[in-house]
Amino acid sequence: MAHYIPPKQSKIGQLIDVVVLVVLTVGALFVPLKLGLSGAAKVVTTPVESPTWETLGQNAAQAAKYEALGYTPETAHDLILARFDYSFTFGGLAAMIVVIVLYYFLMLKFSETEYREVIAEKFGQRGGK
Amino acid sequence: MADFNITSSSADGMGPHGTKVGLLRVLGPAHVWALGVGIVLVGEYMGWNFAVGKGGAYAALIACWVAGILYTCVAMIDSEVTSTVAAAGGQYTQAKHIVGPLMAFNVGLYLVFAYTMLEAANAITAGYLISVVATMTGYEGTLDQRPFIILAILFLAWLNYRGVLATLTFNLVITAIAFAAIVVLFLSTSGVVGTGIMEHAALMEGQAALPYGWIGVLAAMHFGLWYYLGIEGTTQAAEEVRSPARALPFGTLAGIMTLLIAATLTWYVCSGVLPWEFLGDGVNGSVAPLFDTARLSGSNLLIWLLGIGTLFATLASANGCINDASRAWFSMGRDKYLPGWFGAVHPKYRTPYRSIVFLVPIALIFALGAPLDQVITFSILSGLLGYTFMPLNVILFRKKWPMGSIKRGYEHPFHPLPSIVLLAICAVTFFAVFLGYGTQLVAMIGFYIVVSLWFHFWRYRFVSRAAQFTMPWPKPKGY
Repeated sequence: MAHYIPPKQSKIGQLIDVVVLVVLTVGALFVPLKLGLSGAAKVVTTPVESPTWETLGQNAAQAAKYEALGYTPETAHDLILARFDYSFTFGGLAAMIVVIVLYYFLMLKFSETEYREVIAEKFGQRGGK
Repeated sequence: MADFNITSSSADGMGPHGTKVGLLRVLGPAHVWALGVGIVLVGEYMGWNFAVGKGGAYAALIACWVAGILYTCVAMIDSEVTSTVAAAGGQYTQAKHIVGPLMAFNVGLYLVFAYTMLEAANAITAGYLISVVATMTGYEGTLDQRPFIILAILFLAWLNYRGVLATLTFNLVITAIAFAAIVVLFLSTSGVVGTGIMEHAALMEGQAALPYGWIGVLAAMHFGLWYYLGIEGTTQAAEEVRSPARALPFGTLAGIMTLLIAATLTWYVCSGVLPWEFLGDGVNGSVAPLFDTARLSGSNLLIWLLGIGTLFATLASANGCINDASRAWFSMGRDKYLPGWFGAVHPKYRTPYRSIVFLVPIALIFALGAPLDQVITFSILSGLLGYTFMPLNVILFRKKWPMGSIKRGYEHPFHPLPSIVLLAICAVTFFAVFLGYGTQLVAMIGFYIVVSLWFHFWRYRFVSRAAQFTMPWPKPKGY
């Protein structure tokens, strides 16, 4: 196989490549945050009026721990009652599975094409060195 | 042929582009242990408790042990491949030799993001801890944590810049102290020494046992990874240890055993003292659960010890993360997967100094701009994508270079059982992430797809084909 000689990249080209990667990285983290799509927020679905440790469902040992930590029933109200919502649709789950499987499939397929090129140049074609 | 030889046994790791300055081979097994456990132990001091919030204390214990199985598989697989592919870059370098360039590029990015985001999470926790200490010592008002976050990252980056031996010796000392602090807390509060304060039965009574039922157990797997996330980072030291075939398996396997003990002790003491709702809320409740447990013990000695332990654990982890992220970035630069400028080694300190410096502002952006649970989730997601790659990697490794065809420093037993178990637990964890952070998961995979297209259709043209294959191995079977 012909030896591949990569082009020399200019300093500006290198800088642009780095900037592109950084922008994509920061975007992947902050875009969902800024769009309010980050999820996993807990909510209090059934708030309790004038809460006490009993109405918050706390036994004596649990209440004593909260008091030792500096909480009152009022200040601990949201902390104790907030819950995650784990409901989901099977369509959403199927979409996630497809995305993950497709991602790895594409990675392996493109990688295999590139890898064969590497091995061919390094060791020669099948039957070579 | 490659213009440098990273497997040279007679010289230090060779530099890029034919230069003779490379990374220094100065580390031993203890440093490998310090790197792996140092990165991870902070997971016991903060972050794991989000698993309690997702499913309750029992769910967090089940997640702790199932994740422990996952990481035992990771350690076994990694030990075999890394003891054979003894070069900086860890799993990136493995993927480059075994799977192919695009997978390697993705794996390199998983590593950099997992470690850089973990570094950011550590800095956030260090800042929080200092603000708590300020309040406890009489400061009135709200302490601005940002200067401490910035200082912590800058100090550790400077240490990494100056040399790997001092960096990881520092890690060894502070990691040992942080681990000892957990053991002392367990002995002091469990009743082994003196009077115990554990109240597991009362604190996990009724609905507190499994507040979300069994789906909460699945959901807890998301943050169950945090007990051990980063142990695979030992592989990054491959080019700087004196004996990769001995030090890497020993350090990695000793590390995972240490962490299994530390994680179980941590769950036991925290869940026996702190109510699950407080323990499970790592933002508004218990940011540093071991420290909070010490606060409730009533012992000033334990409060100071666990305060110091928490600070040391965060510093050790951030320190190791800078080490590992920079090695992965450096390795990709050396192969031109990233601009070659990053592939330079400092002529005096023999560290990948440009990569170390470049990643500092990236870590600061995450540490100063995003909430802790989001940063942790992105770190976990990158880690999870990497763990899913590992079984594919080792199966291909055994297929392309069957046993006996090349010398392996360590051969993991029961192949392919660890790979199958690892894949199965990864699938469960993807579902757990989907239950609360599905958007982030899709955003993260979307990001990797976009950068993969960028790499395949643009960046890869700058990469020499044969030169990136640096191992002195025979041609892989089937090619």
